[in-house]
Amino acid sequence: MAIELPRVPLGQWIEGGLNWLTSEYSLITRGISRVTQTGITGLNEALMWLPEWALLAIIAGLCWKLANLRLAIGAVAGLLLIWNMGLWEPMIETLTLVVIATLVAVVMAIPVGIAAALSERLYRGIMPILDFMQTMPAFVYLIPAIPFFGIGSVSAIFATVIFSMPPAIRFTTLGIRQVPVELIEAADAYGATRRQKLIKVQLPLSLPTVMAGINQTIMLALSMVVIAAMIGADGLGSEVWRAIQRLRPGDGFEAGIAVVILAMLLDRLTQSLRKSRKA
Amino acid sequence: MSDNRNVKIRVRNLSKVFGNQPKKALELRDQGLGRSEILDKTGQTLGLSHIDFDVHEGELLVIMGLSGSGKSTLIRCLNRLIEPSEGEIVIDGENIPELGEKALLECRRRHFSMVFQNFALFPHRTVQQNTEFGLEVRGIDKEERQRVAREALKQVGLDGWEDAYPNQLSGGMQQRVGLARALANDASVLLMDEAFSALDPLIRGDMQQELLQLQNQMQKTTVFITHDLDEALTIGDRIVLLKDGEIVQIGTPEEILTKPADDYVRRFIEGVDKSRILTAESAMRKVRATVRDSDGPRTALRKMRDHSLDSIYITDRDRHLVGLIEAEAASQALEQGKEKVTQAMTQEFRSVGPNEPLHNLFAMFHDNSFPIAVVDDDRRLLGVVVKGAVLDELAQAAETPELAKSPESVETAPAGDE
Repeated sequence: MAIELPRVPLGQWIEGGLNWLTSEYSLITRGISRVTQTGITGLNEALMWLPEWALLAIIAGLCWKLANLRLAIGAVAGLLLIWNMGLWEPMIETLTLVVIATLVAVVMAIPVGIAAALSERLYRGIMPILDFMQTMPAFVYLIPAIPFFGIGSVSAIFATVIFSMPPAIRFTTLGIRQVPVELIEAADAYGATRRQKLIKVQLPLSLPTVMAGINQTIMLALSMVVIAAMIGADGLGSEVWRAIQRLRPGDGFEAGIAVVILAMLLDRLTQSLRKSRKA
Repeated sequence: MSDNRNVKIRVRNLSKVFGNQPKKALELRDQGLGRSEILDKTGQTLGLSHIDFDVHEGELLVIMGLSGSGKSTLIRCLNRLIEPSEGEIVIDGENIPELGEKALLECRRRHFSMVFQNFALFPHRTVQQNTEFGLEVRGIDKEERQRVAREALKQVGLDGWEDAYPNQLSGGMQQRVGLARALANDASVLLMDEAFSALDPLIRGDMQQELLQLQNQMQKTTVFITHDLDEALTIGDRIVLLKDGEIVQIGTPEEILTKPADDYVRRFIEGVDKSRILTAESAMRKVRATVRDSDGPRTALRKMRDHSLDSIYITDRDRHLVGLIEAEAASQALEQGKEKVTQAMTQEFRSVGPNEPLHNLFAMFHDNSFPIAVVDDDRRLLGVVVKGAVLDELAQAAETPELAKSPESVETAPAGDE
């Protein structure tokens, strides 16, 4: 005989909390929704307004300047393939979502990361939250996003920001804490204020690590944006989603390969940014 | 030597406890418990205890001790990179441990420049920008601070390297940047924390000499930390010897060498090349007899006979050294009927200042064996050094540690019975 224990209504509590948030703060969520939507549409339209070859040239030039000729050639080849497969527009949509989600995540993460590096108490408080955010299955964030922001790209951004923010926070904190004690002592010995110490010593020295965190955030954002097709986000993810529903493995792999190309391009580009900073 | 100078920093009863119950640890110490007992009972480490010393205006004070003696803690207490647990550190009337946050910043900017063991240069800043750091923090305008930084870099011999990054420089050059950063800041006290310890011996020797030269030019009040006795003896005006967080002895290099306070210091100074440190003054004897320049050869001969001397120094009324007369020359002069000793004197002797290192005197005895005259800046005769005294002094210095050791060796010798 199993012993009957009253079930802890964890799910109900969370739902109650979310409902309360949705109804109380609908004005705010609607505001956020409108601003985000405008951003998405604007960036998307701007990128689509450019002819394919022009954007291709810009990206290739960027790769050459920040990294090397090899990356530039790879980028051109990859993007040409995407164009050829007719996946240019979904690729641009995905890129837009990644750029905006990363931007929001980084803008929120860096101040939090700095604060956590400077305050031991905040650090101890925030680390379990970050663990929670990162280990919770990514799909779960999609569900509360819908009541907040409805079906579509804004919800996708919301879920993506939450999912991709932790590494940016972690790496910022790590970067600042890694600054050698002697350099902090030197700054203190010469009478630097906390602010001067942060701006002149701690932040510049933690920049390579922070960049590594941003790189991670971009990668996580890309993976989440693809998954967010399930709640109606446009882009390569929705191509994959459609291929699953219609049982067309060929279409699915084509879109998947486009995601891989985009991921590699973003990764190499941000990594070279980090290295060029370091030298 | 420096006793009548103004006191720049006065440190009184300074103690530092590492741990969360400093009061309790200090109470136990006042009850007479030792460092290790306090650690066992409370888990608190007594880093420094009852430190009293003065830093005089313009002197180079060396704080020396082995690792764990508390020297790094002590220098960091001065500018409160480490918070002292009790005691006073007074600089120009301000008691540093009592300062609030703002006043402390101001005090650090005005009074302290620091040079670090591993240089602590900012890797993302150029040599020039590193040198400017102290001024930049103080809000000095750009043109002025660039000018001052360039000057400081010139002073340490790094002009032309302004735009290099620290990782492009050798260790010695990096520490020059560290020194330039400190000099540019123009604070009233220079703190040097094992500044040359990370450099290889040759470069280290050069840096010591350069520091001494700078010190000669600028007379900057300097507190220098080292674990190396040779270094301490070479550059220090005075030395504070630390052991287990307490002061064992304070004195000039010569005092430490010739009058070690206890066996610990004695063992410490074992193995130092003492001829380099001992000076003419330490081997100098009082002049037993001199003659005046107005005296005749007869007086000179009588004085030499009375004191069994072969030669005698001649001075004027104010004890200024005039010359030397030998017994032979004096008796010849007497025969020739000369009236003054000055008519038969010679200048073939050597004279040195009281600070002349003893090892330089060896070579001088090579030429002739006249006693070497020790004179002050006005050539007033202070005393003489005879050949035997130099050897004596060196032998004594070399023997001292042996004397300290001998009881032990007796104890450890096999007893020969059950």
